Amino acid sequence: MIAEAGHYALVLALALALIQSFVPMIGARLRDSALMNVARSTALAQLVFVGASFIALVTLHVNSDFSVANVYENSHSMKPLIYKITGVWGNHEGSMLLWVSILALFGGLVAAFGNNLPLSLRAHVLAVQAWIASAFYLFILITSNPFLRIVNPPIEGRDLNPVLQDIGLAVHPPMLYLGYVGFSISFSFAIAALIEGRIDAAWARWVRPWTLVAWIFLTLGIAMGSYWAYYELGWGGWWFWDPVENASLMPWLAGTALLHSALVMEKRNALKVWTILLSILTFSLSLLGTFLVRSGVITSVHAFANDPTRGVFILLILCLFIGGSLSLFAGRATSLKQGGLFAPISREGALVLNNLLLTVACAVVLFGTLYPLAMEVLADFKMSVGAPFYNLSFVPLFVLLLLAVPFGPMLAWKRGDLLGVTQRLLAAGVAGLVVIAIVWAWTRGGSALAPLAIGLGVFVIAGAATDLAERTGLFRLPFATTLRRARGLPRSAWGTVFAHAGLGVALIGIVCETTWNTEYIATMKPNDVAQVAGYDLKLDGLLERQGPNYREMIAQFNVSRDGEALSVMTPSKRSFTTRGSSTTEAALLTRGASQLYISLGDVTAEGAIAVRIYHKPLVLMIWWGPVLMAFGGVLSLSDRRLRVGAPKPARAKQRLQPAE
Amino acid sequence: MRRMMSAIVALMLLAMPAVHAVQPDEIMSDPVKEARARDLSRELRCMVCQNQSIDDSDAPLARDLRLLVRERIAAGDSNSQVLDFLVARYGEFVLLKPRFERQTMLLWLLAPLLLAGGGFALWRQIRRRSRNGTDVMAPLTPEEEARLAALMSDDATSR
Repeated sequence: MIAEAGHYALVLALALALIQSFVPMIGARLRDSALMNVARSTALAQLVFVGASFIALVTLHVNSDFSVANVYENSHSMKPLIYKITGVWGNHEGSMLLWVSILALFGGLVAAFGNNLPLSLRAHVLAVQAWIASAFYLFILITSNPFLRIVNPPIEGRDLNPVLQDIGLAVHPPMLYLGYVGFSISFSFAIAALIEGRIDAAWARWVRPWTLVAWIFLTLGIAMGSYWAYYELGWGGWWFWDPVENASLMPWLAGTALLHSALVMEKRNALKVWTILLSILTFSLSLLGTFLVRSGVITSVHAFANDPTRGVFILLILCLFIGGSLSLFAGRATSLKQGGLFAPISREGALVLNNLLLTVACAVVLFGTLYPLAMEVLADFKMSVGAPFYNLSFVPLFVLLLLAVPFGPMLAWKRGDLLGVTQRLLAAGVAGLVVIAIVWAWTRGGSALAPLAIGLGVFVIAGAATDLAERTGLFRLPFATTLRRARGLPRSAWGTVFAHAGLGVALIGIVCETTWNTEYIATMKPNDVAQVAGYDLKLDGLLERQGPNYREMIAQFNVSRDGEALSVMTPSKRSFTTRGSSTTEAALLTRGASQLYISLGDVTAEGAIAVRIYHKPLVLMIWWGPVLMAFGGVLSLSDRRLRVGAPKPARAKQRLQPAE
Repeated sequence: MRRMMSAIVALMLLAMPAVHAVQPDEIMSDPVKEARARDLSRELRCMVCQNQSIDDSDAPLARDLRLLVRERIAAGDSNSQVLDFLVARYGEFVLLKPRFERQTMLLWLLAPLLLAGGGFALWRQIRRRSRNGTDVMAPLTPEEEARLAALMSDDATSR
């Protein structure tokens, strides 16, 4: 009954989406506000029905109703409740349902909070949202129905893939989807602007908060997924340049570029055409990601949905939306008026450079992902593109970008003074050089690249701090004035500082982890001691334990340093009976930003066990960086100017400039 | 979703066998040679796996390849000789860093070409604009320059 209700709710949502696809468009043609307002009601109703459908699937999973194929294949009655819920989106059908639920959520938010949008713009935006929604409802209903029944219901389910039985599944996919799908809003706004043939700074002000929300979630989602892979996979890797990871990185790169170009458009009414194009590209890359993952076209570590009918369906959606939107862009873009001239050396110029580097980086990832596929199909040449390629091609672009990051926010709009900014950044540069010298001396001339890269990270952080100091007049004005200025500084300025500093933090973490990672691989017997990076790890013993739906073997390590006992670490191996597979649960010991990491291998006949122990210096900074970036995004979002539904472009010209 | 699946599935596929890549019994006694073997392993693909290097993979084939790499190193091969040997046996598919040749040229040259192309397009845009938009971008006359300089130095001293 619940399954049928959920299915029916989804069909009704499709019907509503179809109405929303056309009626508001007709209304906009006829300038009929009643017809245009239909979009608002249908968007909200869609949210209700898709939400109901999603809740129905969750209920089925929680109740372990194995008469539903999706539940039977991905659940087990003994599974802990949290994994019964998260298991809903740990499979193809359920994750697509989550995808459309979030799409409906965003549509509903635009409908609910878009009161200050011009009526026809809102109608167009919601209509475009409905096109996307209709396509994906159809996809689910035709190829991936999560509510299919089994004629003879089995007594027990086949359990969720053990690797997914982790808290990461509760957080990572929803975050990531909020990011991906959130970019559909800027896409819809861009298409609406092209249809209306009108775009101005106000448009950018409406789009930016939505883009920012999507970007924040995508940033956190990627970081979270990376940390999850780090602790779950058992060898301490945190980024693999896997096609599926690339699929999430590409929209992030394009989305980051979009955030910056929308800024230029909002402040200076320039880069309009480019901003529209980036909005289209960002969401297109999200769709491409959906295609890559869902079709299994690229054999990657992650591809597990290998049904070609689904692949072809998504490919059609992909071609329709990307092709359609780009043709519309080609036809209409020239009619958009360019405005806001600026000199090459200016804040706008710096943001253009940012956009150039980010889009080239994005293109490199896109090519690296698709090139092997194209060569295999077109030239019958089998090749691989892996991490070493990206290290050589992607990393230099990011180094250039990071070198430029501190300059951007300090340049004036329209025409900047590069020499002056360089002088003001001198202290930050010196800080970077000092750190390079110290690290170099400390590591006694090991790798030359690592100290340089760390120095770059310090330069980026110090540059962000310099920007803040300049704006608040720190050390130049009385401290009380500085405080007052700091309080009066727009939140978006604070956001810039944190987001840019986050880049430096992440860079330092990445360099330290990859350069000074210590690894110890050995077979250990009880009472053996491993010495890793100054820590003594004594294997106390092995014990077995029964979990809810698995058996696990736990190794107990006593960790000490210089004879002082620190902690007990208990890595384990779990065997899941239903699926007959096992997982390694690594044990982590955090010391400051560094971590000790133990994971287990096989037990030998003599009762010894293979272990891998790592010491990962400053590894946590890799994820603190993105968290800082997201925090910067949140600060920026809370800026009055961008507040969703802010009635007026308040405080248009109150940006505090350094007094000069 | 990809990221989700990503980790998710990464997790799933990679961790399933739950053994690790390099096994204690594979490690070479000479640490310099072992380090070379590890570096090479990171550039070689485990061909039955999905986008994993043989250093990361726990598939039996990856183990065979790791042992093969170590064998060649022990036999005195240079790094490039080891790679040549493997390419001769398994084709270019085994290399995670594609060689620079006819088929892969576009891939390697993409970033420099795009940067140069983008830079050139921007430069043209700026030139065209400065030719059309003289009113906005007109250079200052010498008198104006002098006045501006005076104003700026004034400002600097007053601050």
